[in-house]
Amino acid sequence: MRAALKDSAGAGLAFVPLGLAFGALVTHSGLDWWWAGLSATLAFGGSFEFLLIGMVTAAAPLAAIAASAFMVNVRHVFYALSFPLHRVPGRLGKTYATFALCDEVYALSTAKQARSWSGRRILWLQLLLHLYWAGSAVAGALLGSLIPDGVTGLDFALTAMFTVLALDAVRDLRGDLPTPALALLSALAARLLFPGQMLLAAFALFTAALLARHLVTGRKPTHV
Amino acid sequence: MSDPRYAVAAVLVAAAVTWGLRALPFAVLTPLRSSRTVQYLSTRIPAGVMVILLAYCLRDLPVTHARSLAPLIALAVTVGLHLWRRNALLSILAGTAVHVTLASTLFAP
Repeated sequence: MRAALKDSAGAGLAFVPLGLAFGALVTHSGLDWWWAGLSATLAFGGSFEFLLIGMVTAAAPLAAIAASAFMVNVRHVFYALSFPLHRVPGRLGKTYATFALCDEVYALSTAKQARSWSGRRILWLQLLLHLYWAGSAVAGALLGSLIPDGVTGLDFALTAMFTVLALDAVRDLRGDLPTPALALLSALAARLLFPGQMLLAAFALFTAALLARHLVTGRKPTHV
Repeated sequence: MSDPRYAVAAVLVAAAVTWGLRALPFAVLTPLRSSRTVQYLSTRIPAGVMVILLAYCLRDLPVTHARSLAPLIALAVTVGLHLWRRNALLSILAGTAVHVTLASTLFAP
């Protein structure tokens, strides 16, 4: 657990201001404070939760909420390819590991330095991040009215976190620059062609581009 | 809040869809782990996903607007610090602090 505490510090630092911002936004939107905690605990996944606030205050139909949750979170389908679920002990552990498999857990647990992590260490990391998020969401909802309106921009923590994770992940590729280039091109193409479904389109384009590249280069015996 | 039952139902629907997307692919994709194509994808997808999520965070940046200088400067600080010190905590904290300072003062909406 001590190791997981250290592993979770970087992402946790991004979670706390974002969770506070999420909680503050919940009460500012006219929803009750406990709803922030409920959403943070059960629908654990930052980007969609911010979207959910707007949908609930607009009384969107449940079917529309289900469709949006699918679109925003469908990227998690790709995570099953490399998340080390086989190392997580027990049926209950595996159940929780899939439940709390957020972007940051995936990024941390699939990085190069995590190859030696035990399943317990990954579970502790997930539980800690889950607690940071739910705790700061409730705190933000309760304290929301105290934050001066002039202080903005805390949401950049999410951007900064993905910047750091992207730099580290690209470094782990050791000179395989076409992969981040394909990802960037996919993101730009998705932004221009499918602005409403940018994430889904970008992931689909990127996967297709990787598959095409594998087909073209895969015949060389040295290439893995 | 008009109807707490609706607000709770909305969370439950979102939670069920999210968990389904996280858990079900393991049943379908785990047997494919030994496939060379899946191995090829799984070593490269994490880095690509992070690049795409970063681009997604910046998707609505009004490039022609002076206000977009705050995130761009903060991004440069984050990247520069991270390449220099390789300390994730430091890079995220400093980048966010720069952004909050700029967005709340110089580039306040």
